[in-house]
This record gives sequence, C-alpha cells and structure tokens, in this order.
Amino acid sequence: MHHGPAVELGVDNASKKKARLGVWFFFLYLFFYGGFVAIGVLNYELLSQEIVAGLNLALFYGIGLIVFAVLLGILYNNYCSRFEDEMNKEEKTV
Amino acid sequence: MIYGISYIALFFFVLFVGLVLGLSFYFARKTKSASSYYAAGGQIHWAVNGIAFAGDYLSAASFLGICGMIATFGFDGFLYSIGFLAGWIVALFLIAEPLKRLGKYTFTDALNSTFKSRAITLTAAISTLIVSVFYLIPQMVGAGDLVTPLLGFPHWVGVVLVGIVVIFIVASAGMTSTTYVQFIKGGLLLLLSLILTFYILKNGFTLNPGQNGQSYHQFITLAPSVENNKVVSAGDWNVVSQQEVKGKSFVKLEKDGVERWFNLVEKDGAYILKEALSIAESGKGSLLYNGLPKENAKFFQVGHMSKIIVDGKEVEKTGPVGPFEFLSTIEKSEIVRFAEAKFSDEGKKVTVYYQNVTSGKDFMLPGLKYKIGKGASIWSRLDFISLMLALFLGTAALPHILIRYYTVKSQRDARKSTILAIGAIGMFYVLTMFMGLGAAVNGVLDVESSNMAAPLLARAFGVILFSVISAVAFATILGTVAGLIIASSGAIAHDLLDNYFKLGLSDVKKVRAGKISAFVVGVFAIILGILFKGMNVSFLVGWAFSIAASANLPAILFLLFWKKTTAKGIAWSIATGVLSSLFIILTSPTMWDRYGLDPATAIHKLDNPAIISFPMAIIVAYVVSLITQTDNHKNIQQINLEQVDA
Repeated sequence: MHHGPAVELGVDNASKKKARLGVWFFFLYLFFYGGFVAIGVLNYELLSQEIVAGLNLALFYGIGLIVFAVLLGILYNNYCSRFEDEMNKEEKTV
Repeated sequence: MIYGISYIALFFFVLFVGLVLGLSFYFARKTKSASSYYAAGGQIHWAVNGIAFAGDYLSAASFLGICGMIATFGFDGFLYSIGFLAGWIVALFLIAEPLKRLGKYTFTDALNSTFKSRAITLTAAISTLIVSVFYLIPQMVGAGDLVTPLLGFPHWVGVVLVGIVVIFIVASAGMTSTTYVQFIKGGLLLLLSLILTFYILKNGFTLNPGQNGQSYHQFITLAPSVENNKVVSAGDWNVVSQQEVKGKSFVKLEKDGVERWFNLVEKDGAYILKEALSIAESGKGSLLYNGLPKENAKFFQVGHMSKIIVDGKEVEKTGPVGPFEFLSTIEKSEIVRFAEAKFSDEGKKVTVYYQNVTSGKDFMLPGLKYKIGKGASIWSRLDFISLMLALFLGTAALPHILIRYYTVKSQRDARKSTILAIGAIGMFYVLTMFMGLGAAVNGVLDVESSNMAAPLLARAFGVILFSVISAVAFATILGTVAGLIIASSGAIAHDLLDNYFKLGLSDVKKVRAGKISAFVVGVFAIILGILFKGMNVSFLVGWAFSIAASANLPAILFLLFWKKTTAKGIAWSIATGVLSSLFIILTSPTMWDRYGLDPATAIHKLDNPAIISFPMAIIVAYVVSLITQTDNHKNIQQINLEQVDA
C-alpha cells in the first residue's frame, strides 16, 4: 500500500516567502495575544477601564483579538496567493 | 436537575441520527481503499472542508462548555473562545502549508516522511492516542449531559449511546462521511447560534426571568435570630442543624415536614438566611431534591439578575437591547450566580447550591475562575498564563484537526479552507459571549452541570429551537467523536501495527485493524465519559490542548524550522511533553478532587500544565538534537523544506 499524499503536489517557488510571511504574522499576533495576557497578570485593573460603547478593555481586547485573527488570516491568504501567482508564473516563463 | 422526556426533541434527535447514519452508509459504498478511508482520497472541495473544519473544531466543548463556563464564571469562559480561535493562527501561519507538503495521513506520517525513525513512530502514535482520548472525554461527558433534558435518560445512557453510534459510523464508513456530516453540522451550528443570539437580544433583561408561562422561582429570604453565630430561630421554620463549610454557614430548617437548606450571610450588620438548592444522597442511593423526592419536581433552573441598571437607574426589566447595550448593561448590573458546597449531614452526602451575588463589573472581567487580580497567588497567575499558552499552541497540534489538511487538493485550497474556518469559528466565538451571558441571566441554568447552558437557554425560547439545537449539538458530538476515533484508530492500526511493528498487513486487513482499534478506543471513551461526569467540558478540552501543545507542537516546529533537529530529539521531546503534561494533570487539584481527596492538599496548584511541560519539551528537543548531531547527516537535506521544494 502506497502512503503518499492524497494528491501529488507540484513545484512551489513561493514556499520560502510564504513561510517567512507566516512567521511574521504569527509573531505579530503573538504580540497582541501576549499583550492581553500580560495586562491581565501585571495590570489587572486596566482591564476594567471603559473603552467604547460601554465595553471594558477586557471585552474590547478579547473580541478585538478574534476579529484581528480573522482579518490577519484573510490578509495572509491574499499575500500567499499573490506570491504563488507571481513566482510560479515566472518559473513557467523561464 | 429533574427533567421529563421531550417528544419533539426526541423526534428531531431520531431524525438527525438517522441522517448521519444515512450519509455514512451512502459514502461508505464509495470507500474502497485505505487512502479513501483515512483521507477521502483528497477529493473534498475547499469550502466544504472549511465548514467541516469549523464543524470539527466547534465541538461539544465550544458549544456546550464555553457557553456554560461564561454562564458560570463570566469572562473567564470567554478566555477559551479567545484562546481557541487564536490557536488557529499558529495552525495557519506556521504549520498548515509546510505540513501539507510533508503530510501523508497522520501526524506521525508527517514526522516519519522526514525521519525514518521507529522511536518517532512509537512516541508520536502514543501521543496521538493520548491527546485523542483526552479530547474524547469532554465529548462523551457533553453527550451524557445533553441526553438528560433531551430524552430524560441518565447521564451514562447518553455516553453509551454516542459511543455505540460513533463506533458504528466509523466501522461502517470513514473520513468522507464524517467530512460531510461535519459540514452540515458546522453550518447549522452557526445558523442556530445566530438565531439564539437574536432571541437573547430581543428578550432583553428582567428581574423575573420566568419561562414558558411559569414565573421564576422566588427564593425565600428569612431574618433569623442569631447567637454566637448560631441560628436559634427563623420565623415559622424549625431550626434543625447548622454546618460550617470553608467559611460559609449553612442552616437546615424544617417546615411542614420538609427540610431545606439556607445560607447564613451577614449584610450591613444584620443576619439573613438565603434559600439554597440542595441534593441529599442517602447511603442507599436515594436522592432528595430540596428535601423532597425526585417525583415532586421541586428543584429549579437558576441564574438571574438582582439589579438591572440602565442609564444609572435601577429598572425591573428592559425591552429589546442591542449587542453593545447587552454587554454594557450586564457590566453595570448585578448577577446572582450559584456556588457549590459539599458536606455530610446525618449520614447523608449533601450538595448545596447557594446564591452568590456578583457585580456585573467582576462578571465581565477575568478572575472568577482564574484569579489574576489583587491578592491572586503566583500559582493562580501561572495557571492563567498556562491556560492561555495551551489554548494558543494546542490547536495546531491536535491530531483530528491536522488530518483535515490532507483532504483537499492543494496548499491553496488547504489555506482557503482554514481561512473560511477561522471566519466561521470567529463569528461563533463572539456569539458564545451572548449565549453564555444570556443563559446566566435568564433562569435556565442547571446547577448540577454548566454544560447545558446553551441548549437550556434555547428551551426558554421555544421547544422547537431547543430540540433542533440539541439535535445539532448531539450531531456535533457524534462528528467530533468520529473524527477523534478515526485519528486514534489510524495511530494504532497504521502507525503502530503497520509502521512500528511492521506486521505487513494487506489493505483489507489494515482497514479491519482500524475498525477493531476504533471499537476499543470507543469503549474506553465511554468508560472515561461516565467517570468524568459533571465537569465543564471546556476545562477538560483545555487539558487535551495542553498535552497536544506540549507533546506534538515542539516536534512539529523543530522539524519545520531547525535544520539540526534529529530523530532522537523529536522522539525525546514528544515523550517529555506527554509524560510531563500527564503528570501535572494527574496530580492537579482538580484531579485530587476527582480522587476524593482535598484539592488543597494536592502536590501543586496548577490545573493547566503547558507553562511547564511545553518549555520542557522544547528544551529536550534542542538539547537531545545537539547531543545526537552525528545521527543527523542523513536527514539534514530532507528537513529543509526549501530543499524539498527545490
């Protein structure tokens, strides 16, 4: 029984660039996520400050982290698709 | 809680289980080889896969557990929503694409495609098994909780029922069927959560959240005579006994032959007795609910507001509210939660659920479960950090999530699936806040189990909504359990029997071995599901995340990002992550409580192990790899993904 990937994958020249972008985006998100945890542990009272529309910082930051994850994901997908289109196209023309 | 059977719910339940089984049989006919059994032959459309991803991820833990924890502990429950979603970022940005290129069928295969190491095969398969089992426990606990109000059955019946149905599905079909089941279920869960949130906002707030034409139970308050902190009289009630439990005072009073428990509290220099709910268990196993047999049905759903503040004024009710107004009103108001105390009285085991008035400000901040504010100990702060770390790092390392990376045609499709899943899951997690808070203030909570908050809230808005949501939740559990059992059986049949022990099984025998493994894991999950009854399922999932983050993620990260990584480094890292996280969990205060011991006497105070076990696994991977560099020359070219691409 052959246990290869379900579908064979072709050459991807954009792989390195996508991986680097992923790492950058990861650290960007980690910064904000870590910020939330750090505020909770180091300056808890700050989380009770009202920010907007009657919401405290904890709620605003928490919902913000969820929305930010979605936005960052969309951005990442767009960049990766662009890299693939550009770099894999170049390969073909060469 | 005391529930009767609901025939409408029963109808929808049967309908959904029938649908799930029908789909499984339909796709089973298409499943002929091992490749289609494990990974659907790579033929799933990315959009279907994306929603199925969401269906996989929005397990019983998300729907039942998070809503329940928010209803019980407020913002602390929402920490799970934040962490679960953030975990996708690690999966997408760091793991998804490189792993897809390395990946075969299981997490172990991904590692083995680089290192032909038996040690890795063994440790990774064991890790997959342990993580899957820990993730299975909350699903089974949730299943048991779900059938209680749905069908009127005891908890264990639900656990056995889910176990049998899932073993049947997995044994008869495979990944293809569960992907489509997860797709339907994921979509429905999102839609129903939106409907429920709409109802919550439309309903607004009231001090008397009665349901279905019945008013909310009016809790009795008495003004007793107290001497030396002992109640000597309480109006027309007879004082029977008084118990002091962890700084709280509980008084048993009798009237008309019925004994009830009250909580003695001091407010503004005066004593008052507040009615509590109680369950007394005699040695023979018979139960008294609020001093009466079960048939009298004198036990109540709870959760209400004691003050509603709108624009600085106290009001009895509000009309419909907007989403921001909903959140800010709770923050300014006052909520009555119900805390639990256990003690013995006249040879009976008594559990008392007493009123715990909590300001909205505290409810909408972290700290009611994971204490991190003023006066918090270093242990509780570490526990909070540890939880957030596990949730952040655990997602990408879950075996049943990774397996879906292999079911689409290309990396681009895998990425699109993941992003669709992030959007869908993100929306759902924002809604959990509304569903959890809605349950907290609408008098629907079952004090015996927080897990039923969302379905019981649905019941308050109509039995149809309740029955559909219950059916979807049941299908949620069904699908998740199926995915986990497939991952487990893959680890046993494919990784251990085929790769490690090299039994050289034929394709047919391999599938048969997978099915037998699925049966064994399923039975094991049923037993654990019964043993862990009553625990919040999100909390239990936190453990699965901790083990996955500690055992699998360091191995994956080192494999993908450090050229000097060796097979021994990976194997030792996985072993360290599994053992250290398991040890910390099994010696945690929560497990101490499960063993029947005093949690205060546990050998440490950490409930979440990742803050220790994850760094340990990282250090071991690094140090062992450095020590065993001589092994590395054969593998180094394969480790580097760029070279693989080239």
